[in-house]
Amino acid sequence: MSEILKIANLSITPHNAPNRLLVNNVSLTLSAGKTTCIVGESGSGKSLTALSIMNLLSKQLQASGNIVFQGQDITKLDEKSLQSIRGAKIGMIFQEPMTSLNPVLTVGFQIGESLTAHLGLKGQALKDKIAALLTQVGIPAERANSYPDELSGGQRQRVMIAMSIACEPALLIADEPTTALDVTVQAQILQLLDALKTRMNMAMLFITHDFGVVADIADDVIVMFRGEIVETGSKKEVLTKPKHPYTKALLACVPDAEGKKQLKPIDYAWLKDGLKDDKATA
Amino acid sequence: MSHQISENVILQANHLVKCYSQRSGRFGFGSSQVKALDDVSISLKAGSTLAVVGESGSGKSTLARCLLQLHPFDSGEVIFEGQDLAKLQGPALRNVRKYLQMVFQDPFASLNPRMKVGEIVGEGLLIHGMGSAAEQKQKMLQMLLRVGLSADDALKYPHQFSGGQRQRIGIARALVLNPKVVVCDEPVSALDVSVQAQILLLLKELQQEMGLSYIFISHDLRVVRHVADEIIVMHKGKIVEQGAVEAIYNAPQQIYTQQLLSAIPGRKVA
Repeated sequence: MSEILKIANLSITPHNAPNRLLVNNVSLTLSAGKTTCIVGESGSGKSLTALSIMNLLSKQLQASGNIVFQGQDITKLDEKSLQSIRGAKIGMIFQEPMTSLNPVLTVGFQIGESLTAHLGLKGQALKDKIAALLTQVGIPAERANSYPDELSGGQRQRVMIAMSIACEPALLIADEPTTALDVTVQAQILQLLDALKTRMNMAMLFITHDFGVVADIADDVIVMFRGEIVETGSKKEVLTKPKHPYTKALLACVPDAEGKKQLKPIDYAWLKDGLKDDKATA
Repeated sequence: MSHQISENVILQANHLVKCYSQRSGRFGFGSSQVKALDDVSISLKAGSTLAVVGESGSGKSTLARCLLQLHPFDSGEVIFEGQDLAKLQGPALRNVRKYLQMVFQDPFASLNPRMKVGEIVGEGLLIHGMGSAAEQKQKMLQMLLRVGLSADDALKYPHQFSGGQRQRIGIARALVLNPKVVVCDEPVSALDVSVQAQILLLLKELQQEMGLSYIFISHDLRVVRHVADEIIVMHKGKIVEQGAVEAIYNAPQQIYTQQLLSAIPGRKVA
């Protein structure tokens, strides 16, 4: 099993408040052919962690720590070398497909951009590749000439996926890619991502707040709470035998499709004591 | 004119139709009709929760708005306490409206940013002239405490609150008037799962205390399973299936309902 990305001791703070740790000492490893889900509530630092991999953090934030991608520490690279990795070796899918696509360009052109920039494809070869990519994500090839507003939400997200896998990246980062979609469309997109991951042997970092989605797509799970990783493990371990009090509390909030479970909101005051106890025993 | 309505049904809609016209064709010169509601009939039993589920564009929010007369509909009737709401106007409609309240999806967009929370929650009491100023204030504060906010919060503005707290403000605003029917339009879909659980439990407690009847609009079938007594499944403006929660989840009859249920994430594990 080959290691694709290794993050060591990543911390993120605002420039103007260096003591406020938005992400606190996060370390994780992603391997080829595996999907790792980061779960957490809003503000837990899951999106910041993902953005820092591509050095896409806002200028007001400062990251420290090492991010090693295929043996190379990418925190030390200049902007130009980073550009040759972004979109080529690391692909990214965002939550809102409408705001991440340019409304005045055809989707074919937008898919082609990274192919031209990274692989130098032109003319008929470019057209063929775009058609092949669209077919691969389940959109008829002639839709290359459509504009984003002519597509449905699910189709736009498929276009985003086509763009992100165009150069066959080793790592795909997906930041809540199905949150804005209907359940039936969500199920299709999850299936598509899973199939592509297997076929291309990609490492996938999948960010979500939905434990149902985790159950469907993850191999490994990382639970984040207030900037820290509180639990990591295989999907089965984390979902069926959670160890950390926060993971247990978070799972107790998730409604199940059978309706048998008694929902229990998180008691943060209790949790704070629980965390203290946890550290005391550790 | 009297309407046939069975004993414990509090709100009933019969054969609602609502069309939107949409620009279509080259340069949008043509127009076509979209049926947002196509012969939709529902009945809500007193003290129970009726969930309306469906994907985006299925007409579930249009239904909510038509029930409360926030949107005019093309034909049909909505009967509340023996009166057809569509025939009411002006003061008569306003008078009935205090019994029919709504909790909105987006707690950011549905609270006026320039009003203090106390004004937002108390405004309904003022408009409907319920009690003296002192009584209104008393009632407003009681309601804030009941939904888990403090009396100090009455003097703050909406932006000073988190998403979950804002939804509590929205609930307080709806319930301060002692309504009979509350339409909740995706009340928890903008919230984190931990906050979602808090709000769902609060809504359930309030339902029992105040004897409320809920129409609960949602696209999340896991949430619906927890709150609903009966379910309506909508697709393209039509009701495709309706019945008791247990029946629909255990033995869905229609293919569309089966598809929806099998798309619920996380059925494999847990």
